[in-house]
Amino acid sequence: MAAFTLKINGREHQVDVDPGTPLLWAIRDNVGLTGTKYGCGVAQCGACTVYLDGQTVRSCSLPVSAVGKSEVTTIEGLTGKEAVAVQKAWVAHDVPQCGYCQSGQVMSAAALLGLNPKPTDQDIDLAMNGNICRCATYVRIRAAIHSAAKTLEG
Amino acid sequence: MSLVRTGTMALLAGSLVAIAIATYPGLRRADAAPEASRVAGSLKPVADFGGIKDKNERAVALFEEAGKVLQSPRCMNCHPAGDRPTQTDRMIPHQPLVVRGEAGMGAPGGLACTTCHHEANFDAARVPGNPKWQLAPIEMAWQGRSLGQICSQIKDPKLNGGKTMAQLVHHMAEDELVGWGWTPGAGRTPAPGSQKQFGELIKAWADAGAACPKG
Amino acid sequence: MNLHVKSEAAATLSRRSLLKAGAGFVLATYVARNGIAYAQDAAAAKSVNIAPNTFLVIGQDDTVTVLCKHIEFGQGPFTGMATLVAEELDADWAQMRADHAPSNPVLYKNLAFGVQGTGGSSAIANSYEQMRKVGAAARAMLVAAAADEWKVPAEEITVEKGIIRHTSSGKQSGFGALAAKAMQQPVPANPPLKDPSAFRLIGKDGAVTRLDSVAKSNGSAEYTLDIKDPGTLTVLVARSPRFGGKVASFDAAAAKAVPGVIDVREVPNGVAVYAEGFWPAKTARDLLKISWDDSKAEMRGTAQLLEEFRARAKKQGALVKQEGDVDAEIAKGGRLIETEFVFPYLAHAPMEPINAFLHWKGDTASARYGSQFPTPDHAVIAQVLGLDIAKVDLKTILAGGSFGRRAQQSTHVALELAQVAKAIGPGRPVKLVWTREDDMRGGYYRPFSLHRMRGVVRDGKIVAWSDTIVGQSIMKGSAFEAMTMKNGLDSTAYEGSNEIPYQVPNFRCDLHQVDVGVPVLWWRSVGHTHTGYAVEAFVDQLLEAAGQDPVEGRLAMMADKPRHAGVLKAVAKLADWKGAKVEAGRARGVAVVESFNTFVAQVVELSMGAEGPVVHKVWCAVDCGVAVNPDIIRAQMEGGIGFALGHILYAQQPLDEGRPVAGNFDSYRSLRINEMPEVEVVIVPSTEKPSGVGEPGVPPLGPAVANAMAKLGLPRPTQLPIRPGDSA
Repeated sequence: MAAFTLKINGREHQVDVDPGTPLLWAIRDNVGLTGTKYGCGVAQCGACTVYLDGQTVRSCSLPVSAVGKSEVTTIEGLTGKEAVAVQKAWVAHDVPQCGYCQSGQVMSAAALLGLNPKPTDQDIDLAMNGNICRCATYVRIRAAIHSAAKTLEG
Repeated sequence: MSLVRTGTMALLAGSLVAIAIATYPGLRRADAAPEASRVAGSLKPVADFGGIKDKNERAVALFEEAGKVLQSPRCMNCHPAGDRPTQTDRMIPHQPLVVRGEAGMGAPGGLACTTCHHEANFDAARVPGNPKWQLAPIEMAWQGRSLGQICSQIKDPKLNGGKTMAQLVHHMAEDELVGWGWTPGAGRTPAPGSQKQFGELIKAWADAGAACPKG
Repeated sequence: MNLHVKSEAAATLSRRSLLKAGAGFVLATYVARNGIAYAQDAAAAKSVNIAPNTFLVIGQDDTVTVLCKHIEFGQGPFTGMATLVAEELDADWAQMRADHAPSNPVLYKNLAFGVQGTGGSSAIANSYEQMRKVGAAARAMLVAAAADEWKVPAEEITVEKGIIRHTSSGKQSGFGALAAKAMQQPVPANPPLKDPSAFRLIGKDGAVTRLDSVAKSNGSAEYTLDIKDPGTLTVLVARSPRFGGKVASFDAAAAKAVPGVIDVREVPNGVAVYAEGFWPAKTARDLLKISWDDSKAEMRGTAQLLEEFRARAKKQGALVKQEGDVDAEIAKGGRLIETEFVFPYLAHAPMEPINAFLHWKGDTASARYGSQFPTPDHAVIAQVLGLDIAKVDLKTILAGGSFGRRAQQSTHVALELAQVAKAIGPGRPVKLVWTREDDMRGGYYRPFSLHRMRGVVRDGKIVAWSDTIVGQSIMKGSAFEAMTMKNGLDSTAYEGSNEIPYQVPNFRCDLHQVDVGVPVLWWRSVGHTHTGYAVEAFVDQLLEAAGQDPVEGRLAMMADKPRHAGVLKAVAKLADWKGAKVEAGRARGVAVVESFNTFVAQVVELSMGAEGPVVHKVWCAVDCGVAVNPDIIRAQMEGGIGFALGHILYAQQPLDEGRPVAGNFDSYRSLRINEMPEVEVVIVPSTEKPSGVGEPGVPPLGPAVANAMAKLGLPRPTQLPIRPGDSA
């Protein structure tokens, strides 16, 4: 066990965990933010997606010891115009079914629009295929990202 | 009565399946590609090649030995001929779908290598990592190439990132991403031998005139 | 009977108070079968509860919360039940909310099962009248309360979009202000329901939006894994790598030394690790040294099972259905076509792996998780803890998918949950968590099965059809055996194969019901997952031999199947079907399957890519009777198509000497967005009783893909998945 200071959503949290603990479990079990989900634990499904200094990472494949002073953003701390547009579009298209993967989907989609405000279908494939949805809500995820991109055009 | 039997057990359909397998590699049955052993192979030391009198022949033999490393899945997986890396000892297409992108780090706005791969291997999630983790540029594609073609590419400064032979030898012997091939993390067969041995083979090959295998 | 008034205190409305309020909450009769007891009596099983007080919570803020007796895991019952209630209540959609009903088999039973549970795509089908009556009764009680309050005749009062109004006096009110008074009113026994022509929500596109979309888009929706009651211990159980294996001995010294680990105990199912958090529990479990006793374990692998199944299929099995004389027809000559189809074990792999939460306090206990069958789960928890069932409450919460996995006829998760609680004793709550690998390798798969098909084509017609099925029973030995098995045969093993929609004069369907020590379970569309493929790929093959068009040929044999024909015609129109011919390397295939009284036809357009078939587009026509929520119907068709496609392309759970091989999404590949086809859905208008849509989108996709591949000159895949070598 070792003490780490994690900066999550603009706040500092002290956690005392084994250094090899995946960031995912520190966020969920130690900090108590549960919007970030566990789906596979092996970076295959994307349900645990958070931002590390603004870049998407799978929090299951990053040990707490490797976080350092980087700023972590989870779905609870997601802000910005892309995030607002994505979440509104998610509701307008009734994207979620079971909903369990959707935190990760929203995190990936907002990150995509931040880097590429007008993604093509292929851009969406390349950015979003790391997020598995077992309900296969993919048709609506795609449509909602296009809608969000439109609203960002203003 | 005309009797047409179909199904995988029948001769006719069996031949159709054979055609399908030949045409579409994706249709291989699971048991056609058993998981390779995870025990690393070995490399012959440079001294073993001293007996080859002809300099060019010696260089070729040395490169062929070093080629066991270059053509191991650990190296080949990230030297794809297309945009997409492969993974595992079976060299299946990387899942999820990732592409090289301009900097070899993923498509802009798409999945970056660093979304999953970090500074070090993380066996708890079975995800390999290295500070320099990235895909080789397309001009350094090795998959689908013969060892002779790979050899020619490697020593051509236009295709090897502008490296002189000395820089190339140093890269092979010292580079940490190259070195990852021998410490690839749980569940992956390391490249044969050691980076030190590999570096010595490459240096000896260069010293012998860097001739390439034919073909 | 009264409406509950939601006040500040009602925010913490006790589930038990609701239970107490319900008349007939008498769990007097325990039916014990195979060691599983659950409460029910015949009269209660048949009664239909329409008492608004058990289904609705009307807040002083005018919100109307519908207590949904079905679990919400994406298929949409929260929105569906609320639509039915709001329609008859004349509520405004914006005031509607939904939550799960607590466990109570009398008040909240599925009218199709007689106990509380979700499955068989039955939520809308069994609730359509009941929930409308709940809404209508509540409306009548609110109107009566208003009439009393305003001293005006009830007949002069209108209700529209949540506003109760008496026009001539100018009086009006929301629901909240009158809810207390409505409590005093009697519940009408048979409140009149709207004529469908007056519907403004049911079947109206855009009239309702999902009630759970916001919470599921911002991370606030709570699932079982998210429960963090103070003191909760995370529990991981090390289970036998083979089904039926038992712990012979174990050494927990290293595991116990992991910081954060509280205890390690042997439980009937293996060895349980109790820790403060998932990671210490997982780390410790990996350090357990366990020796397993495999003397009673299933040791066969899938390769051996396939050989055994093939051998059996050579002979006729137990007769399920017979018409005419297949053997005589074969003897007469004609073109005999024979095909074998092999279907692998499939894991459900819902996005949220299996888990469950229980707080045993000694005299009482509270469970909370995504229970799909609360009635048997509830009973088994009480039984293991030695508590009266009235001292145990079970609350269903949102679950991250199921596809059948959380409907456990064996109650194995509830059992394990109660056993791990019992092993450590009362006090701290326990959260039982299965890892993804536990979930994949934990059994309860879609049964491994084989169909041997034989058919005769003569003079351009299909004159004989025989389907010999070899498979494992889902129901045998379960509490539902009596409900679902006929003559010792499990209907879920042959449903869809025994009643094909085509007129074939000589027909036989027979079954070899095989015992295998691998626990199996219904998997999204149950028997139709394989029978739909076998029937629809085979009929296509026979029609091809007969020189007939896949659509016209099917229609010609469907004279007495108007709803099958209806969706087939509708999908042909939607896709502008002009034959299955190949254009620009693309071919089309079609299939039509009825499951759970819902009829679905799909046309698939695909080409062959470097790595296998690439499905570009799927057209889908669905007839589910009255369409309650058109957009949810479309969503279920889209999702069913993607779910089916991922599995027929990639998924299988092979067994190596009894050990399940695939452990995660790298070895059990799931469809990703780049592989998702474009989908176009048409809902065929119908006035038939509504039926479900959670499962029926799945079965036609596989055979439609196979049939399209055939048009490209490839064999219809006879062993699924199509690309078995793709996973790591």
